[in-house]
Amino acid sequence: MSGWDLLVKWTPKMLQGVGLTLELVAIAVVAGLLVALPLGIARASRHWHVRALPSAYIFFFRGTPLLLQLFIVYYGLAQFPAVRQSVLWPFLRDPYWCALLTMTLHTAAYIAEIMRGAIHAVPIGEVEAARALGMSRRQALLHIILPRAARIGLPAYTNEVILMLKASAVVYTVTLYDIMGMARTISSRTYEQMFFFIYAGMLYLVITIGLTWIFRGIERWLRIDAARAR
Amino acid sequence: MIPDLQGFGPALAAGTWMTLQLSLAAVSVGLVLGLLGALAKTSGNLALRLLGGGYTTVVRGVPETLWVLMIYYGTVTGLNAVGALFGYPELALDPFAAGTLALGLCFGAYATEVFRGALLAIPKGQREAGLALGMSHGRIFWRITLPQLWRTALPGLGNLYMILLKDTALVSLISLEEIMRKASVASNATKAPFTFYMSAAVIYLGLTVIIMLVLHQLEKRAGRGIARNEL
Repeated sequence: MSGWDLLVKWTPKMLQGVGLTLELVAIAVVAGLLVALPLGIARASRHWHVRALPSAYIFFFRGTPLLLQLFIVYYGLAQFPAVRQSVLWPFLRDPYWCALLTMTLHTAAYIAEIMRGAIHAVPIGEVEAARALGMSRRQALLHIILPRAARIGLPAYTNEVILMLKASAVVYTVTLYDIMGMARTISSRTYEQMFFFIYAGMLYLVITIGLTWIFRGIERWLRIDAARAR
Repeated sequence: MIPDLQGFGPALAAGTWMTLQLSLAAVSVGLVLGLLGALAKTSGNLALRLLGGGYTTVVRGVPETLWVLMIYYGTVTGLNAVGALFGYPELALDPFAAGTLALGLCFGAYATEVFRGALLAIPKGQREAGLALGMSHGRIFWRITLPQLWRTALPGLGNLYMILLKDTALVSLISLEEIMRKASVASNATKAPFTFYMSAAVIYLGLTVIIMLVLHQLEKRAGRGIARNEL
C-alpha cells in the first residue's frame, strides 16, 4: 500500500488516539491541580510536621518513573485480596481509570512543587503589607498570596502540561489506545512500523507546538511578565 | 520491614547496575550532543542555528517512549539492509545501544538549552580579551569558555540527569534487563507484583538520593573560589 492509502485508511483511528491522549492529559492536569492545591500550600508551611507528609508524597512521585507508578497501580494493587474485594475494584481493574489515577497523582506532585516555588516567590513585602492592613493569615493567603502565586506559577504549569502530554505515551503498556497505542497496533497489523511511528511522532509534535502557542497567548493575555516577582 | 524477595534479590541488583550503566552511557552521548547543539544554536551561521533549533524542537516535541521504540524497531530494517551489503544480515542495534541513543538524544536536546544559557552567561569581554592576547578560537573555547561552562551548567545538567535516570525505565519496553524489567519478570514468576514494583521504586529513590549527594559535591567543587550570591 502506498503512503497515501495508508494515511487515508488509518487517519480516523489515529485521530481517535489523539482524542484519548488529550482526554487523559486534560483530566489529569486539572484533577492534579486540585490535588496539588492543599499539597503545595502545606509544603510551603513553616511547620515541619505540616510539610512532612506532602514532602514524602512529592519525593516518591517525583523520584520514581511514571511507568513504574502505573504498574504499581494497575498490576501491583491486585496482589491484595482486600483491594480485589473492595467497591473500588471495578475501577482499579480498568486500565483507563488506573492510567487516569496514576497520571493525576504523578502530575500533582510536580504541580505542588511548582506552587511551593511560586508561593515562595511572592514578595514578602506584599504579604507584610496585607497583614499590616489587618488581613488575617487566611485572608492574606486567599486574596494576596494565592492569586499572585497563580500568575507566577503559570508558565511552569503550562510546561508541566506539555511534559505530561509526552509522559502519557506510556499508557499504551496497559492496553490503552492512545496515539502511541494506536500506532503500535496499526503498525503490527500493516507491517508498516516506521510509517506509523513517524506519523505518531508528527501528531505529538503538532500537539506540543500547538499547545505551546496557545499557552504563550494566554500568558501574554494575562500579562504574566508584568506579574513576575523581581 | 524487609520484603520477601523470594530469591530475586540478586536479579534486582543486576538490574540496578544495568540501569546505572545505561544512564551513564546515555548521559555521555547527551552531553556531546548538547554541547554541539548549543554551539550550533549560538553560532553566527544561519544554517547551523536552524539545525540546532530543529533538533531541540523535534526531539523535545516527541515522547521519549516513542524515541526508544522508534530507534529500536525503526533501525532494524535499515541496519539489516546495510548489514546484508557486508554479509551480516542480522546487523541491528541491541536494546542497550538503542536505549543509549534514544535517551542520549533526548538528554542532548534539553542539555542544548542548558549549555546555551551557560554560554550566554560568559561575558563577551573574556572572549575579546582572549582574541586580543592572540589566542585562536579553539584555544579560547578550551581554556576560557569550557571550564566556566561546566560551573554554570552543572545544576541544570544535574536535574536533567535525574530525569534521564527515570526515563531509563522506558528501555524495559524493548526488554533491556534493567530494574523495571527485572521487577516485571519477578512479578510474573511470583505473583507478587506489588512487592517487586515497590522494591524497584525504593531502588529508584535510593539512586536519586545518592545522585543528589554526588551532584551537591560536584557543584561545591565546581564553584570553589567563586563568591556566591546568598539571599
